[in-house]
Amino acid sequence: MDLNYTTEQTAFRAEAREWLAANVPPSPLPSFDTEAGFQAHREWEAKLYEGRWGMITWPEAMGGRGADLIQWLIFEEEYYAAGAPLRVNQNGIFLLGPTMMEYGTEEQKQRFLNGMATGKDIWCQAWSEPNAGSDMAAIRAKAELSEDGKHYIVNGQKTWSTRAVWADWAFGMFRTDPDSQRHKGLSFILVPLDLEGITVRPIPQLDGLPGFAEIFFDNVKVPVDCLLGESGQGWSVAMATAGFERGLMLRSPARFQQTAKRLVELYKENQASADLDPAVKKAVVKAYMDAEAYTLSTYQTACRLVQGGKIGAESSTNKIFWSELDRDMHATAMSILGARAELLPHAPQAGGVANWLDGWLFSQSGPIYAGTNEIQRNIIAERMLGMPR
Amino acid sequence: MDFTFTEDQLLFQESVREFLLNEVTAESIRKLWDTESGRSDQLWTQLAELGLTAMTVPEEFGGLGMNELDFVLIAQECGYVALPAPLVHQALVAVPTLINMSGDNADALKAQWLPAIAEGSAKVMVGLEVNMLVEDAHIADLLIMQHGQQLHALTPAQFTLQFNESVDPSRKLYSVEWTASAETLIADGDAAQQLIDGAMDRGALGVAAESLGLSQRMVDMAVTYTADRQQFGKPIGSFQAVKHLMANIAFKLEYAKTPVYRAAYTIAHKQQSSSVNVSHAKLAATEVGQIAARNTMQAHGAMGYTWEVDLQIFMKKAWAYNNAWGLVAFHEQRIADFVLSDSAVIGAGNTFV
Ligand SMILES: Cc1cc2nc3c(=O)[nH]c(=O)nc-3n(C[C@H](O)[C@H](O)[C@H](O)COP(=O)(O)OP(=O)(O)OC[C@H]3O[C@@H](n4cnc5c(N)ncnc54)[C@H](O)[C@@H]3O)c2cc1C
Repeated sequence: MDLNYTTEQTAFRAEAREWLAANVPPSPLPSFDTEAGFQAHREWEAKLYEGRWGMITWPEAMGGRGADLIQWLIFEEEYYAAGAPLRVNQNGIFLLGPTMMEYGTEEQKQRFLNGMATGKDIWCQAWSEPNAGSDMAAIRAKAELSEDGKHYIVNGQKTWSTRAVWADWAFGMFRTDPDSQRHKGLSFILVPLDLEGITVRPIPQLDGLPGFAEIFFDNVKVPVDCLLGESGQGWSVAMATAGFERGLMLRSPARFQQTAKRLVELYKENQASADLDPAVKKAVVKAYMDAEAYTLSTYQTACRLVQGGKIGAESSTNKIFWSELDRDMHATAMSILGARAELLPHAPQAGGVANWLDGWLFSQSGPIYAGTNEIQRNIIAERMLGMPR
Repeated sequence: MDFTFTEDQLLFQESVREFLLNEVTAESIRKLWDTESGRSDQLWTQLAELGLTAMTVPEEFGGLGMNELDFVLIAQECGYVALPAPLVHQALVAVPTLINMSGDNADALKAQWLPAIAEGSAKVMVGLEVNMLVEDAHIADLLIMQHGQQLHALTPAQFTLQFNESVDPSRKLYSVEWTASAETLIADGDAAQQLIDGAMDRGALGVAAESLGLSQRMVDMAVTYTADRQQFGKPIGSFQAVKHLMANIAFKLEYAKTPVYRAAYTIAHKQQSSSVNVSHAKLAATEVGQIAARNTMQAHGAMGYTWEVDLQIFMKKAWAYNNAWGLVAFHEQRIADFVLSDSAVIGAGNTFV
């Protein structure tokens, strides 16, 4: 064990910091759940790509830096500390990209990875359906091979697809074998969202903005070369994607450390009133500790992986930990803000509420998306602890 | 940056675990409850033969010259079996207190006690005011006692003990009656305070590491029990409410481990952040201990409330550790003092500095 950064790691941090200082937009971009904000975030992705900071863990030949996970953590720390924009293309670069590198054909890699990297193609995920939420194996949307074998004819409905309103492509799972049940007969398919027969219907989220959407497919002709992995093997390909998601990349610790830091500042600014409830100070201390713990454990996992180890069943613990940490931190901020907590930032009396309310709203969805925390608890009990089904 | 243990450290942990699981069974622990001292000389000899009493003693005094980080995994295993012997205390608290001593008598004390500790022929305990009572004082050959901002070294002739029975029959707690004198004084003022603070941190680290093991043991017992026990025609472990009781321990336990290892590392490397790191470790690990005790008892039903079921061996120790080596409020305040200070550098990128 050596908890010091190497000279190379320190130099890497300095390089990232310098580039971010020079390039991060001085004021926050508008939300990417608005059309203008989406476009601004797309341009930011292009800028990241130009600086080769877009997907540093990707191989150099694909515009990345071949960075290892420790460098990735360092970059993320600098990224969040610099207050850089959220990643509108995280589905592409963090989820689909690595999956495609593992399962895609050479041709698919040539065709898709660059657009993903530059922000030209923004991807959304199409797993959930009205009747397939937690129970993803209940997927019914169909993709049937056309008679000439050149297309899949896609019919059905997907829902809750984040950023689908302005995204260019969707990836998800469809039933290619109409007679199949559950996990079998599903395929992982990439779908351009501008095809005929596709209707994207925005769904306003709690903040009123269309952060996700329903996608309707009506005899949509998707070319067969959009199949990722083998036909009927969609479930295993999807599990690899979910593995990346639940694993390290979806929520790097830096994000929560910055929230904890802002919470400490908020508490200090309001200490006199906050201390009327001693639970608040306790919660602030806990926020700091848990954000630290999430960082420490992520570093430990990253170090193990860098040394050739595998992510173990214990990785299923991380989704619960970060989502409940985020929820608790925002709940504490709401308590500190008191009567101002419910006010939108432009309300005349809102002074100093910043974006806590936005964060609070979003933190409420953390325990739901990416596999609900109840499902995560089932997984921990059954796969990590070996309890009976 | 390498936040992993070495192959050697992990292998040693493995072999110690095997030994302890064989030698320290629930049955053997219950047998000790019926003895006068509650402690076993034979077990202590075995621990010494494995080199465990020598681990943190410097090589020049016949020890293995290892540090807190090397020992932390062993402390975890001691927790896993609820070891009824003061190994963790001695290796993490008493030995470093002796090593870090300076001044006139220091060399003589070290030369007299460290080799004896290493070979297993002497036991030394440290009594701090924060703990009120001294565990295992009855088998100590030397007691190092805090007296305000002083430390005193006492041999058995210089103190009398009064037994204070604990809810955990494995804990042997004593109030110590003694008189401070120039003759017993071994450290004073700032030098003493540093030793006291160091002992406090290492004691807290020890119970934190043991709490990880205790929690893991309670989960393992409850998982086994709930797979066997049937109600409504099924193993109760297949019921989701029972699963979630266990999952709620397991995920918190994962996130208590790394704070404990980091604290061991920063103590071993004498880093300034070590006190705050220890408080984090102590709070996180003993919190899991409390949740583990509650949830595993629940999963056992009425069985969990009996004297007969072995869960109590681990549960009661976990309870006691919540209030040992600094109360929750003390450790929270230490973290608050750091986090809220104007000089604190926190936020992304500041974890390893
Ligand atoms: C902000 C947000 C963004 C999202 N983005 C996307 C996206 O981009 N693409 C996409 O495909 N989907 C997305 N989703 C959908 C998300 O994956 C689902 O909401 C989630 O899988 C749960 O499914 P559901 O909403 O149908 O809830 P349900 O499955 O109906 O669950 C409702 C409740 O029942 C509980 N429950 C269900 N089954 C069990 C069980 N076996 N044991 C215990 N409890 C159970 C759940 O835990 C939950 O509390 C998003 C959701 C949100 C909130």
